[in-house]
Amino acid sequence: MSDLNEQHPLETDSPRFSVKKPATRYDKQGDMPDDERVNTALATFVRDFSRSTAAYMESCINCGHCAEACHFYVTTNDPKYTPIWKLEPFKQIWSREAGPFAWFFRALNLKPAVTARQLEEWQELIYDSCTMCGRCTMACPMGIDIATLVGLARHGMFQAGLVPHELWAVAERAQREGSPLGATPKVLKERVEWLVDEHEIEIALDREKADVLIALSSIEIMKYPQSIVSTAKILNRLGESWTLSSNGYEATNFGMLSGNTAWQRDLSLRIINAAVACGAKTVILPECGHAYGALRWQGANMYGKPLPFKVLHITEYLAEKLREGRLKLTKLERSVTYHDPCQISRRGGATAAPREVFKALGADLREMSSSGDMNWCCGGGGGVVTIHRADEMRHKVFELKMQQVEATGAQTMATSCSNCRQTFDDGQAHFQCDRKMESLLELVADHLAG
Amino acid sequence: MTLLEFARGPGLWASIIILVAGTLWRIAAIYRFKVKPDLSEPRGGSTVAGALNTIIARMLPRNEFGYTATLTSVNGYIYHIGLAIVVFLYLPHMFFIDRLTGLSWPVPPVWVFYAAVALTFVSMLIAIIYRITDPVRSMLSGFDDYFSWAVVFLPLLTGMAALGNPLPKSPVPETPLYPGPLTVHLLSVELLLIWLPFGKLAHTFLVFFSRGMTGAAFARRGART
Repeated sequence: MSDLNEQHPLETDSPRFSVKKPATRYDKQGDMPDDERVNTALATFVRDFSRSTAAYMESCINCGHCAEACHFYVTTNDPKYTPIWKLEPFKQIWSREAGPFAWFFRALNLKPAVTARQLEEWQELIYDSCTMCGRCTMACPMGIDIATLVGLARHGMFQAGLVPHELWAVAERAQREGSPLGATPKVLKERVEWLVDEHEIEIALDREKADVLIALSSIEIMKYPQSIVSTAKILNRLGESWTLSSNGYEATNFGMLSGNTAWQRDLSLRIINAAVACGAKTVILPECGHAYGALRWQGANMYGKPLPFKVLHITEYLAEKLREGRLKLTKLERSVTYHDPCQISRRGGATAAPREVFKALGADLREMSSSGDMNWCCGGGGGVVTIHRADEMRHKVFELKMQQVEATGAQTMATSCSNCRQTFDDGQAHFQCDRKMESLLELVADHLAG
Repeated sequence: MTLLEFARGPGLWASIIILVAGTLWRIAAIYRFKVKPDLSEPRGGSTVAGALNTIIARMLPRNEFGYTATLTSVNGYIYHIGLAIVVFLYLPHMFFIDRLTGLSWPVPPVWVFYAAVALTFVSMLIAIIYRITDPVRSMLSGFDDYFSWAVVFLPLLTGMAALGNPLPKSPVPETPLYPGPLTVHLLSVELLLIWLPFGKLAHTFLVFFSRGMTGAAFARRGART
């Protein structure tokens, strides 16, 4: 009997006895021995330490404020989802290997060495239950940028072959085929030809020279192609010299999300080189949150020098054209609430742009209770939406978002990230709701004046 | 040499030297790392202003982060402000600092100090109870958290025992009526000074670095901090 209980431990505190949740599955890539995995992760973590990382590692006061800011903690009440706890192995390594008293901690073993088992367990905390949305960063009284630290921790995990396998596979496919969803250059070309026929619109592809290079998200190419039509409609209306390039069109960067900096660099360089080749003065990024972080804020660092062109998110571009008076819109007759993509608003600094666009639409914009820079993440960012074992928790987190949306009483909801949009669509389907997340870009294209 | 003379002399100076050396060592541990250059085009806005803004803004409460955060924030304000009043606005403490630095300032009536002591005492007890009982805080806490709390609480406790001595009339050290409690109080303060740079109490100076760095990075992006 006791053996049986050990095999199937019961949750004796719940109203009905039930078998405890099975242990989380930990994925491994490659066949490295455990010691080598630990050493590889450790070496990568230490290599990533910089002045700001050091300041952050030294400063935590274990106040736990970050817990209340995290959608994964708030919806589960499980302390292990406290954001700073997700960095515990990172802190251990800091204390033992690089901190001001590392020799002391090692000599007396005051901080235990990180083990392979610990890193396996860590996988769930820094991949499945962190979207790197950075809300915790805003809550930290010490100003520790926890989201950035999680991103760095992923580097070591990738090198150690400890990435959730779906995310690893998506990143590998993006690296190999140029797109995480199979939107290869051939598929793009076919898709563009179909859209040109279907919508009788001009979509520039592979022009030798253009002032503006448009990047797309695979999600748009494969699931929301109307976004491509909307982009073309607006740029054509503005008379822009623009093009898509089959050498560099994919804006998503799963190299960055999975933690492989070499792949991140390679994926960024495809767009950068395509822009340089066609002499683009501006690269417009699609409705995708992390794409903005990857190229706008990390692109130049991947390139190794300042980018020879301007990088704008599509909402920034629209706001700019509205300010210049080159774009006129008709009124949006429905009330609307806006879901801020974390990497564009809070982490990207472009919070005002979509609101300028809504103003130009004359929209009855109903902000959520915690919006703009303090928005709640949809739960699907940071690659979480690719990890199937995280679905249950992601849906829990999504309920929080839907409560916010419902509280606004708005007729329409819109966003400017196709990954958020996809997460909303998936959440709606899961909860059998009939609300549809709309694209701000598409709303604009549908309301062009004249 | 009596124990009081030791606490007022070599003990005090030794603890101050350890405080300064430990602080410098802790800061050097940050500055020995290189800054990773950021080649992205800044959106505009001064990074220095961003750093200063964040250092100040993070002192203010935000209401987006729920009841628990609010509760701990309010309690945090009470014991931080309370400790500042206790340390700087009590006549014997001001004279003590005057002796060390030559700086002096007016102090409020002594009841302000007594009120601050009472509030800080209760607030610190709430803080430790909360740390032990709250699942998040207790999971995060280790030796440093509990020892640091004790090292701050101890001077408060021993200071209360030393209150029987009459208030001094000048910065010149006097022979106290009850030297025992005062000696213990001074030694507990010296323990605090010695420990401060080595544990989490170092946040008294590290806060400027971590907040400042995030503030500068976010200002570069034009993002709110």
